[in-house]
Amino acid sequence: MKNKLTGLPKPVKILLWVLLALFAYAVPLLEPPIISTPGVDFGGVLFTVSIYCLVALGLNIVVGYAGLLDLGYVGFYAIGAYTVAILTSFHASWPLLLAIPVGVVAAMVSGVLLGAPTLRVRGDYLAIVTLGFGEIIRLVAVNTEWLGDTRGIKNIAKPPGVGGEEGWFQIPHLFWGDGTVLLDTEDKTKFLFFGVLDQIPYYWMGLTAVILVLIADILIKNSRVGRAWEATREDEDAAELMGVPTFKFKLLAFATGAFVGGLAGGLYASRQGFINPQSFLLLFSILYLAAVVVGGQGNRWGVLVGAALVAYLPQRFREFDDFRVLVFGLALVVLATVRPQGLLPPRRTVRAKKLEHELEELEEGTGEEENAHA
Amino acid sequence: MNFEFLFNNLPELTITGLAFGAIYALVALGYTMVYGVLQLINFAHSEVFMYGTFAMLWTVMALNGAEADGVKLIAILIAALFAAMLMSAAIALILERVAYRPLIKRDAPRLIALISAIGASFVLAELMGLRDKVAEWLGLDDNLDDYVSGARINNSMAGVLEKPRFDVAGVSVSSIDLIVIVAAVGMMVLLDQFVRRSRLGKGIRATAQDPETASLMGVNPTRTIQVTFLIGGIMAGIAAFLYMLKIETTRFDVGFLLGVKAFTAAVLGGIGNLRGALLGGLILGVAENWGSALFGTEWRDVIAFVLLVLILLVRPTGLLGESLGKARA
Amino acid sequence: MPEAILEVQNVTLKFGGLTALDDVSFTINEGEILGLIGPNGAGKTTCFNAVTGVYRPTSGGISFQGRSIVGLKKHKITQQGIARTFQNIRLFPTMTALENVLVGADAQHSTGMLSALFRLPKHRREEREGHDRAMEVLRFMGIHRKADELAANLSYGDQRRLEIARAMATNPKLICLDEPAAGFNPAEKVELMNLIRRVRDQGFTVLLIEHDMKLVMGVTDRIVVLEFGRKIAEGSPADIRDNPAVIAAYLGVDEEDAS
Repeated sequence: MKNKLTGLPKPVKILLWVLLALFAYAVPLLEPPIISTPGVDFGGVLFTVSIYCLVALGLNIVVGYAGLLDLGYVGFYAIGAYTVAILTSFHASWPLLLAIPVGVVAAMVSGVLLGAPTLRVRGDYLAIVTLGFGEIIRLVAVNTEWLGDTRGIKNIAKPPGVGGEEGWFQIPHLFWGDGTVLLDTEDKTKFLFFGVLDQIPYYWMGLTAVILVLIADILIKNSRVGRAWEATREDEDAAELMGVPTFKFKLLAFATGAFVGGLAGGLYASRQGFINPQSFLLLFSILYLAAVVVGGQGNRWGVLVGAALVAYLPQRFREFDDFRVLVFGLALVVLATVRPQGLLPPRRTVRAKKLEHELEELEEGTGEEENAHA
Repeated sequence: MNFEFLFNNLPELTITGLAFGAIYALVALGYTMVYGVLQLINFAHSEVFMYGTFAMLWTVMALNGAEADGVKLIAILIAALFAAMLMSAAIALILERVAYRPLIKRDAPRLIALISAIGASFVLAELMGLRDKVAEWLGLDDNLDDYVSGARINNSMAGVLEKPRFDVAGVSVSSIDLIVIVAAVGMMVLLDQFVRRSRLGKGIRATAQDPETASLMGVNPTRTIQVTFLIGGIMAGIAAFLYMLKIETTRFDVGFLLGVKAFTAAVLGGIGNLRGALLGGLILGVAENWGSALFGTEWRDVIAFVLLVLILLVRPTGLLGESLGKARA
Repeated sequence: MPEAILEVQNVTLKFGGLTALDDVSFTINEGEILGLIGPNGAGKTTCFNAVTGVYRPTSGGISFQGRSIVGLKKHKITQQGIARTFQNIRLFPTMTALENVLVGADAQHSTGMLSALFRLPKHRREEREGHDRAMEVLRFMGIHRKADELAANLSYGDQRRLEIARAMATNPKLICLDEPAAGFNPAEKVELMNLIRRVRDQGFTVLLIEHDMKLVMGVTDRIVVLEFGRKIAEGSPADIRDNPAVIAAYLGVDEEDAS
C-alpha cells in the first residue's frame, strides 16, 4: 500500500520539490502551447494566478483549518494594497520593500481588531459580519478623499530590480513553431528588471511569496497550532475542555489569514501601479472562497489547484468572461451538493504513513499484553 | 455632522425611514423563519426579493401601466403584486429544492449549506444580469419584445405612479410611504397570527423547537421546511412590490445590499423571532435615514454594517431574543 | 486523613427558575475512585459541568488542590489538571486517533506560532514528548493499532476508549468519566471497570458517573448519591447499598429505565 512518492528517501524528495519549483519559475519562459494564453500577456496571467494562490492559501488557514467562514477577505487584501499605495505614492514616497511589511502589519492589526470582538459570535454570524467588514472597507475607500475616493491611487512604487534597466542578464523565451521548438532571441526577459511591458519578473515575485507562505503553512499545520485549529473547527466546546484556548487560536488564524491577504494586496498594488475601489469588490471575496472550496478546503494543494483554476480559466477563455460569476456560482452549488469536501479533499494518510513504522515496533512490544487483555 | 438638518426634518426622515424599515422587515421574515426552522442563513433570500421586483416591473410594463390610470392602474398593480408574490415564492421553492434539500437530507455541515446558498445567490443574480444573453441562447431574442413590450431591457418604471403628498400636522407625508408602512405592518400581523394559531404554523414552531420530536408527532419536516420557504418567498414578493412602488427602479444586483440590511434587521430584533424582525426592520430603517442625514448619504450603507457589527457585539441574541419555537411573544 | 484533591462546597446552580444543583457538597480524595450516582435528571452531568467550568455555580465554591477554580476558563481548568470525557462522545471526527490524543497532550504545552514556524527547540521537544505520551496512552487503552484511523471511523467502543485516552493525555490529576460504559455489553463493562482501576493505579484520581449500580459498587471506593439536585447520601459502597434513602430513590425509578 505504500505510496511510491512518500516512500522515497528525504534528499530525493527535496530534490523533486526543488525541481518542481524551478519548473514553476520557468513556465512563463517555456510558453508551453495550449496552456499559454493567446491574446493576453502570459506572464501577467501567471502573476494573477500566483496572487490568487497566495490569497487562497491565506483564506484556507481561516476557512479550511480553523473553520471560520470569512466572506470579507478582500478587505484585508484592500488594506494591504491601500497601505502600500499611500506609503509609496499618495502621501509619502517610501520604498516598496519598506511599505509592504507595513501593509502586512496593518492588515494583521485590522484582522485582530475585527476578530477580537466578533470571533465570539456564532460561526454563521461571523460570515455576515466579515461580509459587512469587506464592504465597509471598500465604501470607506470610495468616500474618503484621503484614500483617493473613486479615482483611486496612481504611480505605486515598483519593486527594486537588480542590474538596472537591462538587468544582470537576459533570458530568451522558447518559441513553439510547427513541430519545432526554438529559442526566441527577439523575446527576452531581463533578470531582474520590474518594468511595464514584461510581467514575468512580477510572476517570479508572486511565486516566491507563494512558496514561502506554503512552507510556513506546512510548518505551522504540523504543530500544536495546526492541531488546535483543527480541533476548534471540529468541536469548539470539546476543544476548550481539552485545554485548547480556542478564542486565542481563532484570533491567531484570523490574524495569520489577514497577514497573507495583506501581503497579496501589497504585491498586487505594486504590479498594477494603480488601484481604485473597483479592485476590491465583494465579488472577489466570493471568488477567493470559491477557490478554497472548489479545491478542497483544508488541503493546501487542493486550494492551490482551486486558486489556479479560478484565476486562470477566465483568462484562458476570455470569450466566456461574462459567465464567470455564473459558472463559479454553479460550481459552488454543485460541489456543495455532490462533493462537499472539494476536488482534492485533505489527505490524512500521508501523515499517518509516517507513523506506520513506529507502530510496528510498538506492536511487537505489546503483543503479550494484548493477549492477556482479550 | 449635520445635526441641524436632522432635527429640522426629523418627522419626514422618520417616516421615510419607517417605510424603508417596513420593507426590510418583510424581507427579514424570510431570513428569520428559515433560520428558526433550519438554523441556516438563507443567503440567497435576497435574490428571491430581486426576482420579485422584476416580476412587478415586467407586469406593469407588459400591461402598459404607464398609460393607465384610475381603476385600470389599480388592477394592473394588483396583478403586479400577485406576479411578484408568485415569482418570489417560486424562486424560494426552487431554492429550497435545489440548494438546500439535498444538503439537509445528508445533514451536511452548516458551512457547506451556507456556501451552497452563496453559490445559488450568485447564479440567480447573474442569470438576471445576463438575461439578454440567456434570451439569445434560447433563441427568444427576436420575438420576446413583442410580448413584453420592452420590459426585458427596462430596469425602471419611473413615472407610472403619481405620488401625492399631503400634510399631517404640518409634516409632509408621501402617500406611498404610508401605504408601504401600513401594508407591511398589516402583513406581519397576519403572519404572526398565522404562525401562532394555524395548524401549519404550529408545525413550523414545533419543527423549530425540536425537529425530531415534531416529526414523531406527525409533522412532516420536509413539508414544513417547504412551507417556511414559501411564506418567506411570498413576504419577499410583497416586499418587492412595495419596494418598486417606492423606488421604481431595480437591477440584478439590487438584492445584495437589501439582503444584508434585512438580515441585519433580523439579527437586530433577534433572529428566529417574527416580531423581532418587524422591530429590527423599523429601527434599522429609521437609524439609517437619521444616520445619512447626519453623516451624509454616501455613508448610508456603512451605517447598516456598523450597526450589525455593534449589535452582534453587544447583544448577539437581538432585542427580543431568539427562537421561532418560543415565538409566543 | 487522606488529602482532598477536589472540594465542592455548598454548590447551588440555577437555570432561571430551575434548581439543577441544590447545596451540594462533597470532596474527592487523592487517589480514590469516587462514584457519582443518582436517577436520571439528578444533576450528575450538571455537577460535572460545574467542576469543569462549563457552568458557573450560582453560589458555593469549588476548589481544586486548595485553589478555587470557580470562574476560571474551561481550558485553564483543564491545564490545571482536571480532564473529562463526554456522555455523548465528542471526539474530533476528522482527526486521527493519534491527533485527538495529541490535542489532549498539547494542553500542557506552550508552543506558539513562531516556535512552530522556525522549528525552535521548544517545538521539537514538545512534539517528541507529546508524541511519546500520546502513544503511551493509546497503548494503555489498547487502541494504539488504530492510531492512524480517523476518529470517525473507529468503532463505538474504541471511540469511548479514545475519549478516555484523550483525557488522560492532558496529564490530569483528576479525571472525570461521564458514563464511560454507556452502550457497552456486560463483558465490555467489566473490562472497562478493570481499566478504570488501572487508571487509578497509574496515579490518577477518578470521578465516575455511572448508572449501572453493580458496576459502581464494584469499582468505586466511595459513592455520592444525588437526587433532584441534592446530595442524599455519601459513603462506602456497602453503606450506600443499605441506605434507605438511596433505596427509596432508586425504587422510584426502574433501574433498567435509568440507564
